[in-house]
Amino acid sequence: MSDEIRRRNEDLSSLDKDYATRYGFQDPVNYFHKGARGINHEVVEMISRMKKEPAWMTERRHEALDIFSSRPMPKWGNTEMLSKIDFDNIYYFMKPIEHQQTSWDDVPEYIKKTFDRLGIPEAERKFLGGVSAQYESEVVYHSMREDLKKQGIIFLDMDSGLREHPDLVRKYFGTVIPTTDNKFAALNTAVWSGGSFIYVPPGIDVKVPLQAYFRINAENMGQFERTLIIADKGSRVHYIEGCTAPVYSTDSLHTAVVEVIALEDSYMRYTTIQNWSRNIFNLVTKRASAYDNATVEWVDGNLGSRLTMKYPCIQLMGPGAKGEILSVAFAGKDQHQDAGAKVIHAAPNTSSRIRSKSVSKDNGRASYRGLAKVHKNAVNTKLSVECDALLIGEEARSDTYPTMEVDNDQVKVEHEARVSKVAEEQLFYLTSRGLTEDDARLLIVNGFMEPFTKELPLEYAVELNRLIELEMEGSIG
Amino acid sequence: MPDQKALFEFNEIRVEVDDKQIVPGVSLKILPGEIHAIMGPNGSGKSSLSNALMGHPDYAITWGEAFLDGRSILSMSADERSRAGLYLAFQYPLAIPGVTVANFMRAALQAHRGKGADMSDFRKLFKAAMKALSIDPSFATRYLNEGFSGGEKKRVEILQMAVLNPKMAMLDETDSGLDIDALKIVSEGINRFHNDSNGLLLVTHYQRLLNYVKPHHVHVMIHGRIVKTGGPELALKLEELGYDWVEAEYVEGTGV
Repeated sequence: MSDEIRRRNEDLSSLDKDYATRYGFQDPVNYFHKGARGINHEVVEMISRMKKEPAWMTERRHEALDIFSSRPMPKWGNTEMLSKIDFDNIYYFMKPIEHQQTSWDDVPEYIKKTFDRLGIPEAERKFLGGVSAQYESEVVYHSMREDLKKQGIIFLDMDSGLREHPDLVRKYFGTVIPTTDNKFAALNTAVWSGGSFIYVPPGIDVKVPLQAYFRINAENMGQFERTLIIADKGSRVHYIEGCTAPVYSTDSLHTAVVEVIALEDSYMRYTTIQNWSRNIFNLVTKRASAYDNATVEWVDGNLGSRLTMKYPCIQLMGPGAKGEILSVAFAGKDQHQDAGAKVIHAAPNTSSRIRSKSVSKDNGRASYRGLAKVHKNAVNTKLSVECDALLIGEEARSDTYPTMEVDNDQVKVEHEARVSKVAEEQLFYLTSRGLTEDDARLLIVNGFMEPFTKELPLEYAVELNRLIELEMEGSIG
Repeated sequence: MPDQKALFEFNEIRVEVDDKQIVPGVSLKILPGEIHAIMGPNGSGKSSLSNALMGHPDYAITWGEAFLDGRSILSMSADERSRAGLYLAFQYPLAIPGVTVANFMRAALQAHRGKGADMSDFRKLFKAAMKALSIDPSFATRYLNEGFSGGEKKRVEILQMAVLNPKMAMLDETDSGLDIDALKIVSEGINRFHNDSNGLLLVTHYQRLLNYVKPHHVHVMIHGRIVKTGGPELALKLEELGYDWVEAEYVEGTGV
């Protein structure tokens, strides 16, 4: 944590301390469109019709619904929690306003207030090249800097992307994560709405991050954003997303699909900080294909939710491709963060690095579930996996499920896994310098997270430290 | 009742570790401006005593009383003792991964000054303290004690003392692991810290440090008791003859 971040933290210290007051507010909304609960082919048809989609997409959705319905629930992960999802009680599509706005002034007051409270678009003015704000199913506000538009960079919400660039979308949609990949990817494909569509032309370096913000407001809402990012040859781009939802007594569902295509020599970083309320099931499929000499980096932070199952994946498809996955998860009371990473080495001279850090507190549970696969032709590859878990309290739990499948012998593999507790000795050292035990514990946890925090843009680092502080409050040794 | 003149005073302190008595009863009185040294062979209980006085949870004080500036400290937690002005430079300081020396130092000083207190002078103060101890500026952004050599750790302990400026500092084997140049720098730092109103308790096996930091009183601790007290000359005698003669004297005296 730099001094600058520290200073910003102090500036922020007057903010409300409680998630419920900070993010947990709910807006009373008269929805432009609020469908019925539950899912069937009529709902899918209605979504597609409202969006005036081309026939191929409508068809894709219907197929996906059949796949979703025919697939059993996963038999791994936290099956007990998964069995609590009541698919019939969820709203699959809600449209808060009729048209998307490009001027902040035109966004309805209640939504504006929401995003103002969350610091959007203040952040946009400060350091972003473009911003997209999604409320329930649809993107309500979108803007991008003129100079970026002129360079040919496309940054749209996914619905507009499909409308304005149907060929590009058709070429890549579902190519990295096919509908049949898993039950939740199928569900997303059937009812997806919103998300980001980004295309960076060859050789273009997008110097400022592009950002999207996802907000679930309604109870029993399902948010199914679909994101597709294409970094063309030799381009560079950094995309960031943040997510929050209010606190309700019954559950909501967030099931996103994110596909990234990094073509030859390109560089793509995708940063996520998810901070869901504790009644959200967060089941996300994220996967990237990196072609010759391309680099893909997932920087993935998971806080909140009831259950998160998320394993960002990188497929190293071309020689010289590189992948890096850095993730942190914070599992507080009654939460299960089942997060991890996957790398598939499918070409020679590829390298990957996975670093996973988790903190479990109270009876929270953090699992690392990972797969590293090296195909037979992927000679001269390097891969390293490092898992680091920190436990706070006697009931906290951490598990590691690493899988390695290496099909050739010209591979350099490193694997490390550590589980540690906040040591009494460390606490004593810090308290002997005047820090209270709570402050000392927070400092140790922030230190533990540091390798992750320092990868974030300043605003996000500040925010993450604040969130960790909220999570740590009132924790017992 | 505490002695009104004493800066730091403890009486009949007994220390237990894992239900085993390590220190059966030690008393000492340190006046403002005084430097005391407790010397003793390994296992004499001197480190246990200083850890217990600082409030280490593994070192239980089962008997006795201790006062800092007339305030009873034994019911205080370690952080309260620190904020009351007590300091312990550790023999083996722990690493805190991910926490930079500068951020740790700032957090500690903030804790001493109170939340929300002005910290605008911190950077200057911290830099000056680093410079005075010949600590490379790059250490500010290194993680606390991670990958530090023994000597670097000791220097950083003295750095913390300089920044926090406690009333009473206990230094546990601060000279161990230091080469002669580092010993000089660290000693200079200790002497710079010392003034007429604060106190120092040097806990050490060897008298090496005492060549540079001159104690007013030297105490010999054996089997958890102070068995002999004298001036600086006592330290020299220990250096020359070792601890056996004190132990022999003590055993004779007690008739053990």
